[in-house]
Amino acid sequence: MLHSLALKNLRGKPGRTAVLMILTALLALTVISGTIIVSSLRSGLSSLEDRLGAEIMVVPYEATTKKSFENILLQGSTGYFYMDKSVMDQVSETEGIGELSAQFYLASTSSGCCSIPVQLIGFDPETDFTIQPWIRRSFNEPLKENDIVIGNDLNAFVGDTLQFYGVDCRVAAKLEKTGTSFDTTVFTGFDTIKKMTRASIDKGLNTYKGVDPEAVVSCLLINTSDERSPEEVVNDTNLHNKKVRAVRTKEMISGVSDSLGGVSRIVGILMAAVWVLGGVILLLAFTMSVNERKKEFAVMRVIGASRGLLARTVMSEALAVGLFGSLIGIALGLFIMLPFAGAAEQLLAMPYLLPSAGKTAALAAAALAVSVLTGALTAAVSAYRISRLDTGVILRGDN
Amino acid sequence: MVLKGEGIAKEFIREGRGTNRFPAVSDTDIELAPGTLTVLSGRSGSGKTTLLNMLSGLLPPTRGRVLLGEQDLYSLPDRELSRLRNEKIGVIPQGQTAIHSLTVSENILLPCALYGKPDKSAEAYAAKLMEQLDIAPLAGVRPSELSGGELRRMAIARALIRRPEIIFADEPTGDLDDENTAAVFDFLRSTAHEGAAVLVVTHEASAGDYADRQLVMKAGKIDI
Repeated sequence: MLHSLALKNLRGKPGRTAVLMILTALLALTVISGTIIVSSLRSGLSSLEDRLGAEIMVVPYEATTKKSFENILLQGSTGYFYMDKSVMDQVSETEGIGELSAQFYLASTSSGCCSIPVQLIGFDPETDFTIQPWIRRSFNEPLKENDIVIGNDLNAFVGDTLQFYGVDCRVAAKLEKTGTSFDTTVFTGFDTIKKMTRASIDKGLNTYKGVDPEAVVSCLLINTSDERSPEEVVNDTNLHNKKVRAVRTKEMISGVSDSLGGVSRIVGILMAAVWVLGGVILLLAFTMSVNERKKEFAVMRVIGASRGLLARTVMSEALAVGLFGSLIGIALGLFIMLPFAGAAEQLLAMPYLLPSAGKTAALAAAALAVSVLTGALTAAVSAYRISRLDTGVILRGDN
Repeated sequence: MVLKGEGIAKEFIREGRGTNRFPAVSDTDIELAPGTLTVLSGRSGSGKTTLLNMLSGLLPPTRGRVLLGEQDLYSLPDRELSRLRNEKIGVIPQGQTAIHSLTVSENILLPCALYGKPDKSAEAYAAKLMEQLDIAPLAGVRPSELSGGELRRMAIARALIRRPEIIFADEPTGDLDDENTAAVFDFLRSTAHEGAAVLVVTHEASAGDYADRQLVMKAGKIDI
């Protein structure tokens, strides 16, 4: 009866109830949206760290000055740069190298020879330690000649044939979503990418005339052994190899990490502001609602309601409003945040990976708890006041 | 069961005047016996409603005790006193006292619903009270659609639904016409006949015709 009284009280004042529900919905919407954004950015950064997969990258010196390699890896731009393959032998002699593998970059074009303009990355299946462990999650077989593995955002499916510079390639696997530029990248073995490069040179479609695909690589990926720190290996490599530059991947993504911190702070401040504002308005709304019905609460005391019962009636109303409002807010938040993740990624220009279904459910539950609890806390003030109501004085004052 | 007020007094603090207290009711003794209807009259501000609220367990006195049988009401914790009020004391407050989100029938049954679910006998008794008070056709109507007299009769039914031993009525005919006034006093009289102790605070001159005893309050004291 008490719960139905609370619901009837809410139904009896639809305008007031709607305002309270909109406020709690707004609160829940802000909390769920904010937490999904922050969580997606963190997952994106973590995914980027995982995908880079090496402690050190060695690239031609001019690639660092033009920032072209950072743009390719972090911003999703397409491009290429090359250095002499002999650099690999020189670098391999550096003390403290644990794993070393080369990659070959190529950019496809939007002209008729290519199905889609994307970044193409070739790896050496013999030495690769960054791409293959990841590919194996989707495709646990060695790549054959002309086989490619495509990023999750590319509009093709396993078994499809894509053409790059006239070379027909079979999509052997589609990778899981990473929230990074790798979602629009095509990966393949050295043999296939060199075949594409030769074809592009033959067609005169790129500007690297004179490049022999067999004699160059784009970058080297290094993991250090336990004997030396990545910092020492970077310093040593840069000291002895003037035409190339070794960069710690951690430093490379520090800019992304800083931006993420900034965005997280802004989202956090926004959430806190909405939370405080929403809380204050809810407090005022509950106070007004209870004051308006002081006489009704006095009547309930007259017919034998204890102070606790009055407080529970107010709390039941607040919890009902909080629960319905929060569920609406969370549903709306998920409806906005999940389908428009791509737009959020473009807007923020940062790695952005939506949390898993389980984590999203946990975030939704936390947002529900936060907004319902906020509503309950603000109503608790009114519940306490109404439980201290001096019935005699109120009835006397009404006379 | 007899309800007694022993030396009860109530002082209020005037707001905005520091610790300036004024006595609403001075040390007063009163006894309400089963089967009697007591009428308490007096000028406005003489302390009638304050005395009624103290006797009904709604307003703790500054001094003195209120005993229901041997039980000192104000020595009970709020939960027990509320339960006791719910079961043994019926109050018809002054003014309009409906819960506006409930229908007439739900308002009347509300005292039975506070600590459980109204059973069939309560529902049947509510129907009987509404019949007796001539508001049966309004059972499913919201209070906002009722007249003053209908609201007052609804409040009477609500006060009686638990078949209380003590009934307090504060100006129960305040805004009623002569016909309705007579009907209400008739009803309270018959309730007293059935064994309840009834105290009616009223300015109505005709109330004396229904009373077993008449008391007059003057400046916070009963002038017998």
